[in-house]
Amino acid sequence: MTVMTMTDAITAALAEEMRRDPRVLTFGEGVATTQAALLAEFGPGRVRNTPLAEGIIAGTAAGAAASGLRPVIDLLFAPFLTYAMDEIVNSAGKLRFLSGGQFSFPMVVLAHTGAGWGVGGQHNHNIEAWFAHAPGLKVVMPATAEDAHGLMLSAIRDDNPVLFFTDTALVFAPGEVTGAPVPLGRAAVRRQGADVSLIAYAKTVHTCLEAAVQLAEAGIEAEVIDLRTIKPLDEAAILTSVRKTGRAIVVHEASRICGLGAEVAAIVAEKAFDALQAPVLRLTGPDAPTSGSFTLEAAFAPQVEDVVAAARATLAGTPRKGRASLPA
Amino acid sequence: MTPEQLIHALEQMLLIRAHEEATAALQRDGRGPGTCTAVGQEAAAVGVVSALSAEDEILTNHRSIGHLLARGADPRRTMAEILGRQDGYCGGKSGSLHISARELGVVLTSTIVGGELALVTGVALARKMARRPGIVACFFGDGAACQGRFHESVNLAGVWDLPILYVCENNQWQAFVHRKETMRIDKIASRAAAYGIEGATVDGNDVAAVHAAAREARARIEATGAPFLLEVVTYRLRGHFEPDDQAYVDPAELDTWRRRDPIARLKDRLLAEGHLTAQSLTALEASVARSIAAAITFAEASPVPPLRELKTHVYA
Ligand SMILES: Cc1ncc(C[n+]2csc(CCOP(=O)(O)OP(=O)(O)O)c2C)c(N)n1
Repeated sequence: MTVMTMTDAITAALAEEMRRDPRVLTFGEGVATTQAALLAEFGPGRVRNTPLAEGIIAGTAAGAAASGLRPVIDLLFAPFLTYAMDEIVNSAGKLRFLSGGQFSFPMVVLAHTGAGWGVGGQHNHNIEAWFAHAPGLKVVMPATAEDAHGLMLSAIRDDNPVLFFTDTALVFAPGEVTGAPVPLGRAAVRRQGADVSLIAYAKTVHTCLEAAVQLAEAGIEAEVIDLRTIKPLDEAAILTSVRKTGRAIVVHEASRICGLGAEVAAIVAEKAFDALQAPVLRLTGPDAPTSGSFTLEAAFAPQVEDVVAAARATLAGTPRKGRASLPA
Repeated sequence: MTPEQLIHALEQMLLIRAHEEATAALQRDGRGPGTCTAVGQEAAAVGVVSALSAEDEILTNHRSIGHLLARGADPRRTMAEILGRQDGYCGGKSGSLHISARELGVVLTSTIVGGELALVTGVALARKMARRPGIVACFFGDGAACQGRFHESVNLAGVWDLPILYVCENNQWQAFVHRKETMRIDKIASRAAAYGIEGATVDGNDVAAVHAAAREARARIEATGAPFLLEVVTYRLRGHFEPDDQAYVDPAELDTWRRRDPIARLKDRLLAEGHLTAQSLTALEASVARSIAAAITFAEASPVPPLRELKTHVYA
């Protein structure tokens, strides 16, 4: 077991897979510069800098994936994926189906997202749900270095395009890494509790864990579910927890409308309605771009106090709408 | 440029450099965010912007402080914006990466590389259809010239005869990738021919040369109605953003370009030609330093936006 940052854990997983499988290669803007150790080990054929052009990076990855390679591309920040939308959504996501299964697209697309660096709404935008909505794609968003490593191994081995989002608030956070793969589509129970299920991914997992500590002091036992993979979603884990607690609060930084919280709430309503003792609540970022101002950026994602207030209210039978930390 | 214009250009270049170095220092001290500075590119910004008319508009990108200050932006408000404060040009919502200042004609700044190339055609179309005089200058980097949007934009501007001055600030770097790794050509302006428009390459570290080339290009746009591609060859002397140790930069190359520092060159010229004395130069530098110190004081005293600003200006 080693302690490393999420970024280093992803690189370590990539290096392991590149050693294991000669078809794996990586490219992107500055990849060969920032991943100097990979370049030294695997050479310029498999570790490449590209011109600044997300569309052709993603398109090249899709074409190469369909032709026998297993590319891992770094598109830096999630909003830059809009330049690669056609290649990811229309090509990698659809041409397997549209070709009657003749091709598959084993590729991984890396991108940072989320508040943490004060870089504003064109760098920081949680668009993971956009890709969950598109057929043919898988989406992961880890909360720990261990999961980042394990999910990266699985993502590279998967025969489908995987969008791999890393939360800027977490990428430099150190964590223990054991080295085991983490299967795609499997959530983790981060804390057991019988009173309310807090369902989150990426930075809000940590928000929920902190809230759970505060809630425990008040005699409320919260269960914290880390989804880890956004698509395919681990429905069984969600339903098992909600059946146990009867209450669910979904917490994510992405905005509310058509966000992942809506999907989780719908699944719970459809499949565990009988177990619910209160409406499912969503705590999310506002329907607004994020700001470059640190103050506004830091306030964007749901806060510990929001989770605590929502959990207390739902247990008291007075579920409130909105977030305690924000003006109405 | 007349001696007076050159002295004014020097003052602006000194102001830009001091502003960039101040934001880098604020980042180092934990008082400000990381920013993309354009140290070494001051002549490009001042040379082009000084050749524009008051009615012209400017589109720029993540490395915009030079363009803004050359256009007369108040350093107190650019500094406040970088620190995410309410008195900034965007009310603190932009931070350093997307500073628009409509009152100065600096419109639609985007940090999506190539974003300005996609928007400028519409800005120029609106001007043309309203028969407003003047042109639109669009600053972008050699990296943006690798985006498909470059092709789409210049091609459309060409066939629609849009009054656009495309200014490619070729600073040899695309974040952590050297330009030479990304294109086989040496002159980005040579691409103009492929679109049937005119282009030129100019030494971007010589402010008078840049100014002359931009004036000429602007005149050609007014004469022909067609866009023009001006490549300004320069160098990014600091890292891509703050902090950046530049470990990936060839020290010999960096050294070569340090010796072509556009500010040092202009100072030397003005001193040699007798338009500046050691004394008047010191006075100029001191006045710039005072402006920047005042800008920092102003910015740090400016309030942070209240939380209700999280949801304002989203919809019209
Ligand atoms: C679409 C997009 N891709 C990547 C980035 C990250 N990025 C910001 S600036 C930059 C380099 C831009 O190079 P260039 O266009 O030459 O301009 P310069 O920064 O040198 O002024 C990169 C890769 C971005 N902001 N937008």
